[in-house]
Amino acid sequence: MLRDDIIEYSLDAHHDEDTGAKLRKKIWQVTFILTFITAIEVALGSMIKQSSDYWMIIKWLFIGLTLVKAGYIVLSFMHLGDERKGLKYVILIPYFIFILYLIFVLITEGNAIFANLTEFTS
Amino acid sequence: MAGHATKQIDSKTLWGGKISPFSTSYGKLMMWFFLVSDALTFSGLLISYGFTRHDYLGSWPIGEETFHSLPLLEGNYPLIYVALMTFILIVSSVTMVLAVEAGHRMDRKAVTKWMIATIIGGFFFVGSQAWEWSHFIHGTEFGRVELADGSQAIVKGNFGEIESFTVTVAGHHHQVNDKITEDLKHLYTHAVAEGHVHNDIITLHDGSQATIAKKANSDMTLIVKEFGGTYKMGDEVKGAEAVKMYEEAVNAGEKNRIIYGANLEQNEYGPQHYGQFFFFITGFHGFHVFSGVMINILILFGVLRGVYHKRGHYEMVEKTGLYWHFVDLVWVFVFTFFYLV
Repeated sequence: MLRDDIIEYSLDAHHDEDTGAKLRKKIWQVTFILTFITAIEVALGSMIKQSSDYWMIIKWLFIGLTLVKAGYIVLSFMHLGDERKGLKYVILIPYFIFILYLIFVLITEGNAIFANLTEFTS
Repeated sequence: MAGHATKQIDSKTLWGGKISPFSTSYGKLMMWFFLVSDALTFSGLLISYGFTRHDYLGSWPIGEETFHSLPLLEGNYPLIYVALMTFILIVSSVTMVLAVEAGHRMDRKAVTKWMIATIIGGFFFVGSQAWEWSHFIHGTEFGRVELADGSQAIVKGNFGEIESFTVTVAGHHHQVNDKITEDLKHLYTHAVAEGHVHNDIITLHDGSQATIAKKANSDMTLIVKEFGGTYKMGDEVKGAEAVKMYEEAVNAGEKNRIIYGANLEQNEYGPQHYGQFFFFITGFHGFHVFSGVMINILILFGVLRGVYHKRGHYEMVEKTGLYWHFVDLVWVFVFTFFYLV
């Protein structure tokens, strides 16, 4: 019986020269985007001081840009975007559940300790 | 689904259970699982760094104040060096993905070429990190100064060149009127840190004492990082007053009034745990880069010997590629949370 649910398999992931040229073009596009984002981050980082009023915006912009970069690396360079949906979610969902929870818990706790220390040392 | 041929799986490539979960090979799936666990480790480290930073009462070191040097150049280049490191790592990630792409075309020559480029990029990154560590450990010319009121400040400015020491009291190695002209900066910073400079007289290792011929420091700014009796966090002292206050600390003859660089016991740049996190996180990442380069070299040997060509596919290149991209991915986050914000 032919199985139509597993017709694609990475060991046989060969492609011809034309597809290759297209892929390479995409790789260079992603390279440009990643470099451009890094350049923007460095420019902003050296121009705007942490004491500036805009710092909060810049900080969240940095974090956002980092996530964009990470997305390009994982989905494009690591080809996770080209994998099966199942694999994608097996990798991403458990990771994000744990990490978002850990970020929430530890940053909340850190802030609480800060507040208490401030109260008791002032 | 770019880069994937549509082909029935033959019995040889199926897993033991006669099925291929997610249509990937065993090796690739396990590499992904390993990377998820490694990502959890790195996230744990970075989040605990965030935790420590959020509960710290003093002021945390700022990236562009701490990392502003370039090799072989004097002056202030905030973040340029780490940006360069980031760029090197991104480029080596690109050459890796090009190697994987060439592997899909069974183009052995191109795979070899791009693998070599990736390895070179990796070595450049490891080398850059070694320089960065060395700079971090040795510290700046001025160090971190404890002012008379007990507050701690970092120092910016032009360090006046040390010209010579002239011995006035003989010790084991030096006679009176000996003129010392070598290794001056090292001797000077060491003596200052130990409190062996008092009223412009330096006491050297061998017990001899010497006068110091040094050009004046200029354009100095003291930025207060830990409050004391008079100064608050973030206060800046500039100009002649800054020079005077710094000189006072240098000539006080007290140990640790001025601290240079960072190690596991002292840290010029900020709180001690900042240094510890720096060493651990960038060190752990650097270790990953190093092992990645080693694995890439092994795979390159395989490519050169034609092992994968005979096998009919370059999946080994793809799997090391995954690891290599992961190293790049981690660096993107280290770059943001250690240097930018």
